[in-house]
Amino acid sequence: MTLGVVFALALGTYAMRLAGPLLRDRIRISDRWEQLMSIAAIVLLAAFVATSTAFESGGFAGWARFAGVAVGGVLAWRRAPFVLVVVAAAATTALLRLTGIAL
Amino acid sequence: MSTLERTRVGFWRDELLRDVLSMAVAMAVVGASLGAIAVSKGVPLWMITLMGAVVFAGGSEFMVVGLVAAGAAPVTAVLGGLMLNARHLPFGVAVGGLLDRGWPSRLIGSHLMVDESVAFALAQDTLAEKKRAYWLTGIALYCAWAPSVFLGGLLGQGVGDPGAFGLDAAMPAALLALLMPSLREFRTLRAVAVGALVAVLTTPLLPEGLPVMAGLVGLAAALPLPKRLAGEAVR
Repeated sequence: MTLGVVFALALGTYAMRLAGPLLRDRIRISDRWEQLMSIAAIVLLAAFVATSTAFESGGFAGWARFAGVAVGGVLAWRRAPFVLVVVAAAATTALLRLTGIAL
Repeated sequence: MSTLERTRVGFWRDELLRDVLSMAVAMAVVGASLGAIAVSKGVPLWMITLMGAVVFAGGSEFMVVGLVAAGAAPVTAVLGGLMLNARHLPFGVAVGGLLDRGWPSRLIGSHLMVDESVAFALAQDTLAEKKRAYWLTGIALYCAWAPSVFLGGLLGQGVGDPGAFGLDAAMPAALLALLMPSLREFRTLRAVAVGALVAVLTTPLLPEGLPVMAGLVGLAAALPLPKRLAGEAVR
């Protein structure tokens, strides 16, 4: 690990973060586009949730994580408080690993 | 605004604060494990702490530390991290409107753009609430991240594996909880279902980070948008 790696990643990431807000100043965005952009962000986040639930560095992440996220998802769908969703997901996964039922 | 509504707004604010803080606590544990892992792989403590402060994108930091430790070329590690962070570009287009037009707000607000701050903002109804959620989440997580990376690196192996606490399930579940209200709208749900499926199916084929971007094709399933929402005259 070198400082070059740290700063190259930092600068590149920051450039990608700043690009969106700067782009918006150049173009007039209609309400319809605005709505589409929101859906795009939701789709990206959901795709991120799906891949980080199922995979860990290219391979299957294991049933314990999958079950934890599923429990959290059901609770969220039933409009449970946010904190409960997070804690239940973590607890489910931790317990499955602890008991050795799933990894 | 009725008294009942005002009370509910007051309650909601507390609720947001509570939710953001619980997210920050979970993030801090993840940060501590990043610090511990990095130091165990020979990264100097000051360097991984600096990385937490200037990169502020957890997934890519884990990835780069792992790749470099596995002997990958620095260029490969950086490119891998940047691909994983590519989603911030469309995020910025989506939430850029929440940042005021002044330079300080844009420059600082952009750096606070992470999955959680975007998700918390999208989960709110009004523009004022969205702005507040974005900044609150961004600032809280930023204040939690680098210090927890530092502490984790300092404590080293005592931190343990975040997997033992099930935190690897807590993060996706938290984001899912924030997305859930939007999924009740059928058009968004269609787009999300297609997008998530594409991302999962392309994961074995594409380098890390790109499957999430590929998920954007799901947007096609949300079209056409209803005309009544368009703020322009039909040409």
